[in-house]
Amino acid sequence: MIPASVQILHWSHYVAACLFALGLFGFLIRKNAIVVLMCIELMLNAVNLILVEVSMRSGHPEGLIFVIFIITVAAAEAAVGLGIILNLYRAKGTVNIDAFRELQG
Amino acid sequence: MEFLLLGMILIPLLGSALNGLILRSGSPTRTGTLASAAAGLSFIAAVALSWNYLTTGEIVTASFEWLRVGSLDLNWGFRFDAITVLMSLVVTGIGTLIHIFSVGYMDEEPTPYRFFAYLNLFLSAMLILVTGANLPVMFVGWEGVGLCSYLLIGYWYEDIKKADAGLKAFVINRIGDAGFLIGIFMLFQIFGTVDFESMKQIVDGSGTLNVRWLQFAAFFLFVGAMGKSAQIPLFTWLPDAMAGPTPVSALIHAATMVTAGVYLLARMGFLFQVSPDVSHFVATIGCATALFAASIATAQRDIKKILAYSTVSQLGFMFVALGVGAYSVALFHVMTHAFFKALLFLAAGTIIHGLHGEQDVCKMGGLRKHFPVTFITTTIAVAAICGLPPLSGFFSKDAIVFAALTGPYGSPYLWAGLSLASLLTAFYMSRFYFLVFFGEYRGDAHPHEGGWAMKFPLLDLAIGSAVVGFLGMPHGLHLLPNYLDQLLVPTVPGWEESHAFLTEIQSMGVAVAVACLGIGIAAFFYLPSPARSEKAAGKLLAIDTILKNKYWVDELYEVLFVAPFRFLSGIAARFIDPRVIDAAVLFPSRLARAGGTLLTFIQSGSAQFYLWIMLTGGLLVLWQALKGLIV
Repeated sequence: MIPASVQILHWSHYVAACLFALGLFGFLIRKNAIVVLMCIELMLNAVNLILVEVSMRSGHPEGLIFVIFIITVAAAEAAVGLGIILNLYRAKGTVNIDAFRELQG
Repeated sequence: MEFLLLGMILIPLLGSALNGLILRSGSPTRTGTLASAAAGLSFIAAVALSWNYLTTGEIVTASFEWLRVGSLDLNWGFRFDAITVLMSLVVTGIGTLIHIFSVGYMDEEPTPYRFFAYLNLFLSAMLILVTGANLPVMFVGWEGVGLCSYLLIGYWYEDIKKADAGLKAFVINRIGDAGFLIGIFMLFQIFGTVDFESMKQIVDGSGTLNVRWLQFAAFFLFVGAMGKSAQIPLFTWLPDAMAGPTPVSALIHAATMVTAGVYLLARMGFLFQVSPDVSHFVATIGCATALFAASIATAQRDIKKILAYSTVSQLGFMFVALGVGAYSVALFHVMTHAFFKALLFLAAGTIIHGLHGEQDVCKMGGLRKHFPVTFITTTIAVAAICGLPPLSGFFSKDAIVFAALTGPYGSPYLWAGLSLASLLTAFYMSRFYFLVFFGEYRGDAHPHEGGWAMKFPLLDLAIGSAVVGFLGMPHGLHLLPNYLDQLLVPTVPGWEESHAFLTEIQSMGVAVAVACLGIGIAAFFYLPSPARSEKAAGKLLAIDTILKNKYWVDELYEVLFVAPFRFLSGIAARFIDPRVIDAAVLFPSRLARAGGTLLTFIQSGSAQFYLWIMLTGGLLVLWQALKGLIV
């Protein structure tokens, strides 16, 4: 059961939706691998925003704790992602993801 | 006891595996001794089991579950009853002697282990055949001996003719086997079981069975027997089977395997007893085969071909006995024939071995000096097959000829036909005997008789040929009880002799006179000089040509069956296979390939394109999931 108070949309939800959409379309459209990685972070933070807002309003602390976990994981992910991008750059001298299509059938 | 029964079957199988799969090497003496030991142990087991049966009357059985489908409850059932006493003693006893003979005969073989492995395997399959308690188990043995026959006929497979002979035997046997299988299916449909004892009880117990269907089933079983036992029209493989080594001809194509058809019909005697039409047919085919093959045998020059046609003819005798309803008599002849025909083949083998492969009787002659033991033993065998008293062949053949007259389905025509066949038998066997052993040696090899491994089986079989007839002395003589009848009658149907224009003693007199006449004719033509016989044959040019060419039966089959079959195969190969079957098979594959080409564009390798697809899919799923909630 979702508490009745949460069912009402908050303005921050619109902000989060915009952030998420921004991240998603950036992720789908942009060709620079670093920007793509940043777009992933953007989507994660959109989720974080909702978690914080809902947690504050409902008085349950789990959402806040979860956000801390997500930030930790996002940091790790960024480290790994940047490592991959560095290697991609070393391999081809570019970070344009269209240059990496070796997996086609 | 169950242990002995399984041991009897499995020991030769073990010997075969040891020689053929594990050792795969060794001299003829070593591999042969191993194989002979396996056969000998099997024989000892058979003797012990027979002794047990004769003294206590206990029927040893063994059974393991095989398959259970619907109403079919099939077991690996084995049974050691009266017929099996007779058959297993013959198979293992003569089998052992022939194994020993082979040690001497195959002394110059490069791969003797292969030969002995096949021979042991044959023994095991034959024992499965004669101990099986239901038709499918029997069929396993039936196919097993067929396989071994094929392998052994084509043992010298480098010679394409010999390999072809093996193939011919296999293919013709398949025709019979198809009949046998149809027979099994029909019997299962009629009785709901394929177990010999259960079927027998049903036939004995009720008169409500549809005799017409029973007759059809019996007919198809007989087709199976025709193939295995080389009856008209499926007999042409047996003379060609002589391409195999001679001990194989003795064991498989004279003494044991070819009598499997006789065994089958005797085992199913309760069925044939109530099928008069099929019984008449069996007797007619048997009589025709006996005459036909005997007439061909009179003109053959190859020592083994003479014996092969003789075997076909003798099997014809047995089928007459089965057809007239004298099942125990047929089995009696199976036994005596096994002894004297195995002996004749082994004698022929000794001679062929001693003459370095010469098989033409016209290039032999005067061999009694060079092959004394073979000469004496062959004399006994020839006298036995000609039907001279008191040798084994006399009693069994006379019993058949008399049964052809007085049996439940007997007739004077069958009696006359068999008497004529006996005359021909006496003639061609004497011709063989005189041409081989008398006169002057006409060949150019240096004849030498084999060692003891070859002489010992000859002597044993000679004793057997001389005395086994006393086991089945006819009632008419009042000398000895007919032990064989007493043994077999619980298992095979007995029969009442009807009155005829001859008594048993008179019939015997006629048989002896006929035999003497045949021997006399042969002696007149062939004893003084073979040249004279050639002149006489020249005067009978037309008949002689027909007989030498075996009535052109092979050529007839070539034209009637083989050529049209080749023609149809050609059409199938050139038109049906590429245009119809290949096209049908290739169409789906081309369809799949085209579809695949169409779909490759999805897998572009671009990660973002995949993400687009993922997003679309995700949204579709989401929409499906939420559709219900929103509306």
